[in-house]
Amino acid sequence: MGTLLLEQTLNGLQFSVTLFLIAAGLTLVFGVMNFVNLAHGSLFMVGAYFAAWFAGMSGSFWIGLLCALPATALVGLVVEVLVLRRLYAKDHMVHVLATFALILIFNDLVRIVWGPLPLPLDLPSGLAGAIQLGPVPYSSFRLVIMLSGVLVGLLLWLLVTRTRMGMWVRAGANNREMAIAMGVNVKWLYTAVFTFGTVLSALAGVMLGPFVAVESGMGDGVLILAFVVVVIGGIGSVLGAAAGALIVGVVDTLGRTALPALLSAALPPTIATSLGSALGSMMIYLVMVVVLFWRPSGLFPANS
Amino acid sequence: MKTNKLLLSLTSTLAALSMNAMAADAIKIGFLTTLSGPASAPGIDQSDAFKLALKVLGGKLGGLPAEMISVDDQFSPDAAKQGADRLLRRDKVDVLTGVIYSNVLLAVTPAAIANKTIVLSSNAGPASIAGKDCSPYFFSVSWQNDAPHEAGGKYMLDKGYKRVALIAPNYPAGKDAATGFKRFYKNELALEIYPKLGQLDFAAEIAQLRAANVDAIYYFLPGGMGVNFTKQYSASGLDPNIVRVFQGYDADQQMLTVGDLINGVVNTGQWSSDMDNAANKLFVTEFTKAYGRVPSTYASQAWDAAYLLDAAVRNIGGKIEDRDAFIAAIKEAKGFKSVRGDFRFARNHFPIQSQYARVVTKMPDGKYLNKLVGVVLKDHSDAYIDQCAMK
Amino acid sequence: MLTKKSQSALVWIVLFVALACFPWLATWAGQDFYIGVVIRIMIFAIVASSLNLILGYGGMVSFGHAAFFGLGAYAASIAVVHGANNVWLVWTLAAVVGGISALAVGFVATRTRGAYFIMITLAMGQLFYFLFVGLRQYGGDDGLRMPTRPALGFGLDIASESVFYAVVLIWTLLMHLLLARLVRSRFGLALEAVRENESRMGAIGYSTRQYRVIAFAVAGVMAGVAGALLAMHNQFVSPKMLHWSQSGTLMIMVALGGMGRLHGGFLGAAVFLLLEEVLSSYFSYWHIFVGAILLLVVMVSPDGLAGLGRLFKRKAATPVDEGHAP
Repeated sequence: MGTLLLEQTLNGLQFSVTLFLIAAGLTLVFGVMNFVNLAHGSLFMVGAYFAAWFAGMSGSFWIGLLCALPATALVGLVVEVLVLRRLYAKDHMVHVLATFALILIFNDLVRIVWGPLPLPLDLPSGLAGAIQLGPVPYSSFRLVIMLSGVLVGLLLWLLVTRTRMGMWVRAGANNREMAIAMGVNVKWLYTAVFTFGTVLSALAGVMLGPFVAVESGMGDGVLILAFVVVVIGGIGSVLGAAAGALIVGVVDTLGRTALPALLSAALPPTIATSLGSALGSMMIYLVMVVVLFWRPSGLFPANS
Repeated sequence: MKTNKLLLSLTSTLAALSMNAMAADAIKIGFLTTLSGPASAPGIDQSDAFKLALKVLGGKLGGLPAEMISVDDQFSPDAAKQGADRLLRRDKVDVLTGVIYSNVLLAVTPAAIANKTIVLSSNAGPASIAGKDCSPYFFSVSWQNDAPHEAGGKYMLDKGYKRVALIAPNYPAGKDAATGFKRFYKNELALEIYPKLGQLDFAAEIAQLRAANVDAIYYFLPGGMGVNFTKQYSASGLDPNIVRVFQGYDADQQMLTVGDLINGVVNTGQWSSDMDNAANKLFVTEFTKAYGRVPSTYASQAWDAAYLLDAAVRNIGGKIEDRDAFIAAIKEAKGFKSVRGDFRFARNHFPIQSQYARVVTKMPDGKYLNKLVGVVLKDHSDAYIDQCAMK
Repeated sequence: MLTKKSQSALVWIVLFVALACFPWLATWAGQDFYIGVVIRIMIFAIVASSLNLILGYGGMVSFGHAAFFGLGAYAASIAVVHGANNVWLVWTLAAVVGGISALAVGFVATRTRGAYFIMITLAMGQLFYFLFVGLRQYGGDDGLRMPTRPALGFGLDIASESVFYAVVLIWTLLMHLLLARLVRSRFGLALEAVRENESRMGAIGYSTRQYRVIAFAVAGVMAGVAGALLAMHNQFVSPKMLHWSQSGTLMIMVALGGMGRLHGGFLGAAVFLLLEEVLSSYFSYWHIFVGAILLLVVMVSPDGLAGLGRLFKRKAATPVDEGHAP
């Protein structure tokens, strides 16, 4: 029982970090450019596809990773320059429609290029197994994912608070006109931010690729998760994304593990199982609704 | 000119309305399947197989020139209903086949039956249609939804596994899978887990499996969920001696993606590509030659659908306009050589067939083969026959 | 020269007459399948118009609108399964269910703004979706069949396609008239003003949230009735009808047709469904075309296809009209 508890705690934490990794790119684009980017999931998917493709050709996961990031960045850059940059000034409705159109396009594009079956993407050979963490064997690659999530968090925080670029970014976020007046080239700043956000989304896709099916539509579920995390935590702040990820990760893991047990202790078994299972799927949505009702701008919004 | 056209349409309408319509000079097959979106791989498989079968049969079914009209159901019962309507009313198909998913089948079948069009399911087999909603116009050339799970349960029982875990998604089809499994695996289960549909991360479930010290796991995780689970399971360091059992049709697809990870995993189904009969040898050879991949269970069912129709149409001399005779000929299935070997229908028009255990095996050339290893349920019919009123 | 208003009315009368004659034309040409296509277009025209009310006129990006559509469909189907045989009762039930759920969602969602609003509507839509996926007694993921259409009365057989077509046509007309009255009324004007400048409206004493929530509720009623009609048309309903991708499709329809324009919903539904009907027969990758067209429309004519007319007029107008200052 003790080992199970330990393992589940680790799992909850790991899931939280994974969620942060998924949401990082979104919160950046959202916060800086006030842009509702539904294509975030598609870029995640494209990253995973490129990784699978390059890894398949070269036989190495790491080469797949190294090639997928710039390849996806290029795709993001093209999309930004051709389509998105005309839309920043417009309202959210337009962003939603345009990026929803991108979801449709990308989902079919990957099917055209790579076929309808999921692409194989194997774990890197050194990290395919489990290592012993005390009494619990734990997947080594999961630890690597956690590490990347933490590193990305640190990197983002440093970038935004400590560098010149970060200063511009915050300036651009807070007051676009002023930033322009002060000589910041906002147009290229936005392109840079979007491309960076794309790289983060792609990174999440590559890191998760060995654990999930690399198939058309894989980004849709991830998109929703990312949005839930960002919205609960508060748009535009790295701290918010971290908080949101932690809450969603823990609640979701608890919902799947402790909830059925808790319910069967209090209610008759048939009701407990149906109620427990129904609640399980709805859990994170319920949490989001509750949080937003109480704090309509999330927990730690950037521009409060 | 105008009156001629009017007269022409009037007379053709009258002709169509007359009871004894002209003898059919062709047979129209409405192939309604999932061709777009993430869930399209089985549909594309079936479409490929059916087209190939028609080609091998010289473009004819039982001597009648065959026209295959494909419609994409977009994995949506609403879109499927309109697509089916188009096939039934505009294209006036004689047979509707190709449907992969139960919700689509349930949406389109009533209208087809009301239209006296034969529905030949090449995949989905919901319990209601096998039981209380059975109809003479409906045939399944594939399986009843519970079959692979029942076989899984029987397999586990026969092998004597004591601590068995069951995993299925938390929705009615998943619960049905569990029911089917438990119908044959009579012992108490050590663990039952119902993850949510579309779940990404299975770490928590895997932890539960580890804690429960199971020696065998039966799982029903269709589509992407199955791949997610398999990938994460293999990385988690669980005891490699734990036996995993799942469904044949999923195994066929997963072999192409995560073959290494399911090497040695048992799966149940009514067919295997290495079955030793002439029809199957022809099927596998032709399919591999045409498409460069080993056919899946889905493909085998679509191929069988074509050949079944071929036999039935030949047996009634091409007079498909006599629906009752056509139905009787399909039911009798005389001369139909299924890729599964012998084939016959139960009185609810679902197949009576054996369920086999297969094992994913790595071949010397690096590819994977789902090898037949034994019979699990011989000449098995489904649990819903008694609810069907047909004789 | 006819005034703009009577021009528009003329267009509508012609359209109505054309639609009314369509079933006869189709049957005469031996293409009676297309009657079903037009029925579906009209039903989606109603629900797209209801979304247009909150999206176009109200400026609220609701990503969960399909939920009210699906709830209406389920309310109707469940009622019939339990023995309801009066279509008026069924329609009332669907309207009430749609309206009350929209009221609830609107009340909760309007506490938020911007992207938060989008997400909370999506989340609440998904809650309803998962509810129906899990409900075994009403089919769950497999869907629920409506065994017969509830009776219309007046000696008319609603199972007949021509009668059902007439019913749907009349509903479409009624809903359109309702929308027209609403958007031209004080309520409608206030709603648009709230969309344009909420703080100003609040400052001059309008209870902006009330307007939004009421618009939501009205849209919910319309969507609920449309849902009941689709359930009657297909005699089937499945949870897919409530999924966020269906909400996305509805948004595409409104965007294509013209957000905030009276016939935006109708035009958008017609164009989208016709595109779907034609493209999907030739091309299994037709989603790419839809996406590309949507992108084009969003970038070129944010007022949708209905706004294209204005775009051309503006471009064709000579500079003298504009009265530029040098």
